[in-house]
Amino acid sequence: MPSSQPKIKLENLIKIYGQNPQRALKLFQEGGNRDNILEATGNVLGVANVSLSIEEGELFVVMGLSGSGKSTLVRCINRLIEPTSGQILIDGEDVTRVDQERLREIRRTKVSMVFQRFGLLPHKTVLENVEYGLKMCGLPLAERHEKAQHMLDVVGLHQWANYAPSSLSGGMQQRVGLARALATEAPILLMDEAFSALDPLIRREMQDELMRLQSELKRTIVFISHDIQEALRIGDRVAIMKDGHLVQVGTPEEIVTNPVDGYIAAFTQDVNRAQVLKTGSIVRQTVPFILGKGSARAALDQMQGNALTRMHVVDRHGKPIGILNQAELQNAVTSNVQDVESVMSTDFPVVKASTSLEEIFHLARFGVPMAVINRSGKFKGVVEQSDILASIGRLSNDKADVPQALSTAV
Amino acid sequence: MIPDIFNWLFFNQSSQIIPLGDWISAAVAWVVVNFRWVFQLIRIPISHTLNAIEAFLQWLPPILFIAVVVLFAWQFATRKIAILSLFAMVAIGMIGAWTETMTTLSLVIVAVLLCIVVGLPLGIASARNNRAEAIIRPMLDAMQTLPAFVYLVPVVMLFGTGKVPGVIVTFIFAVPPLIRLTNIGIRQVSEETVEAALAFGSTPKQMLWEVQLPLAMPTILAGVNQAIMLALSMVVIASLIAVEGLGQMVNRGIGRLDVGLAAVGGLGIVLMAIVLDRITQNVGKSSQNSLNWRDRGPWGALRKLTSQRRPSVSTP
Ligand SMILES: Nc1ncnc2c1ncn2[C@@H]1O[C@H](COP(=O)(O)OP(=O)(O)O)[C@@H](O)[C@H]1O
Ligand SMILES: [Mg+2]
Repeated sequence: MPSSQPKIKLENLIKIYGQNPQRALKLFQEGGNRDNILEATGNVLGVANVSLSIEEGELFVVMGLSGSGKSTLVRCINRLIEPTSGQILIDGEDVTRVDQERLREIRRTKVSMVFQRFGLLPHKTVLENVEYGLKMCGLPLAERHEKAQHMLDVVGLHQWANYAPSSLSGGMQQRVGLARALATEAPILLMDEAFSALDPLIRREMQDELMRLQSELKRTIVFISHDIQEALRIGDRVAIMKDGHLVQVGTPEEIVTNPVDGYIAAFTQDVNRAQVLKTGSIVRQTVPFILGKGSARAALDQMQGNALTRMHVVDRHGKPIGILNQAELQNAVTSNVQDVESVMSTDFPVVKASTSLEEIFHLARFGVPMAVINRSGKFKGVVEQSDILASIGRLSNDKADVPQALSTAV
Repeated sequence: MIPDIFNWLFFNQSSQIIPLGDWISAAVAWVVVNFRWVFQLIRIPISHTLNAIEAFLQWLPPILFIAVVVLFAWQFATRKIAILSLFAMVAIGMIGAWTETMTTLSLVIVAVLLCIVVGLPLGIASARNNRAEAIIRPMLDAMQTLPAFVYLVPVVMLFGTGKVPGVIVTFIFAVPPLIRLTNIGIRQVSEETVEAALAFGSTPKQMLWEVQLPLAMPTILAGVNQAIMLALSMVVIASLIAVEGLGQMVNRGIGRLDVGLAAVGGLGIVLMAIVLDRITQNVGKSSQNSLNWRDRGPWGALRKLTSQRRPSVSTP
């Protein structure tokens, strides 16, 4: 997926709020932190020297407590807030240097945005809201009606087109906000705490919706959140901010398993690890038996050679199609059965490497090892119940996590 | 010691230390001599508009005028206000103040139009630019607190007497709230809404027309309503510089100690004020009403009637 250059690249981004940012900037470069800059100059350090790259098609989450500079960071990308220093490259173009005309062009065609409190225009209907970005581009009425109507279909609100936004529930209003942002077909989507104002149930629904849309539309999304659960759940990668600084950037699994410091560890302490960890991270690589490459005898040899009691069988494309049990295979060989297919059992669980551990707990209870497959369906290895328990036991500081995680999974 | 100095400074002088009054007199005299032609030029469009509107209103049969106002009130305000307007206007006619009312109304209309033409852009400018606001604001303070008699004389010196200077003094008195409320209305548009519009690439012009003006409209209409009310309250003062109409009735009544005549003029002003106030106030409100204007009032009644005959037209 990563192309030659990142979609968005921030380099040494600094934002200082206040009257005399240049003095504060100097102080910062001499090693001042947020508190002593505030004390000396009265200026607030919003974003402190952040550099990061966001790849095309990535759902990138920026997570941090309130006041950590997330909104400032995301607003610098489309320059709703003017950065004090540093570069912001979108497709290699430094947006901090473009003029107003070009900036509007970028906002219309490249970067769109979803707001925490929806930011809908209260005097316009739902449809007019969705077509707002298209109107700014100067699209003719009929065309933008059609596109907006289509976008409303996508978010499931087509029958609400002619209502005022205020007559919709919060979740529905944010769907309108999402439709408006998607309608311009801008490849980059900025979402500032887009789901934070919603009830937990609705929020979860919207997260699912976003992930569904993302799997189809493949935009580059910068998603701001103050909720670590949300961040780890939806993010391809997660950046954690503190007092304007970037503390750690990594995949959800890296953040959970490898926190760089106590701050992050404290954050992830209450996270249900079984939800974050993917099956792929604990898979045991084994060599499967390829159907057609030899008789039952050969299979038995391979099994004994690898000291296995059970072994998966794959077809010529690497797709798991059965599982062999050592005792049964032994019986077959002694009674001279050659055909592996007649010996193997086809009743075994198959899980994708990207599935979270929480979702495979209930399969582990059958006692049969699970075949783990990669994205294209090829056999990757096996996971057994003991592997799952071991990984969670190893990772949690608190042993009480295990039964709790188990009980939620079942 | 110090009190002595102040006593000397303030009271013991044969003339003022700062002869402000002399300066202003000199300045006005200079402007009159050198720039009277500018003000005579400004006169022309105002005078033409005013004459046309007044001629039209005087020509219009009262019954037609009343019908139009009542239907308008019913459509865009409420039926109650329509009925109120009907009674008020009939009363004006029956106390013998119809002609004067039309004259005054035309002056109010032109003054308020001038307020909108000048005040709206100034209000927008002060909303978008803090420096413009800092300049405009003290001027508005002066316009609102300075007694009208103080600027009556210079206005007459520049424009002469008659209707046009009447419009000008009325304008000076009535425009401040419109500018202030336009400014407030635009500044009150929520930051998130403005930010969202910006994020989708709105130009300043698009921002104004698509977001700021529509959302400020109820406040701006309140400003227009205020301007109308203030314009009406200037009518009597305007009559001092030979403006005809209801104000002149009051003026003459006072001059001849004719209490009746003065009361008739005064009542005319009050009735007109009530009608204009109720209608303009509710036009602003009903636009926020969820019911489409086509479904209300006489138009709605008409539509209902016709759609009963053709029931297939109705939409869900
Ligand atoms: N307009 C502003 N003027 C001054 N300080 C600001 C302004 N906006 C934000 N800040 C400060 O910058 C810091 C980061 O704010 P913000 O980016 O909104 O954080 P977050 O979105 O993570 O809650 C906070 O300390 C906040 O008080
Ligand atoms: Mg924020």
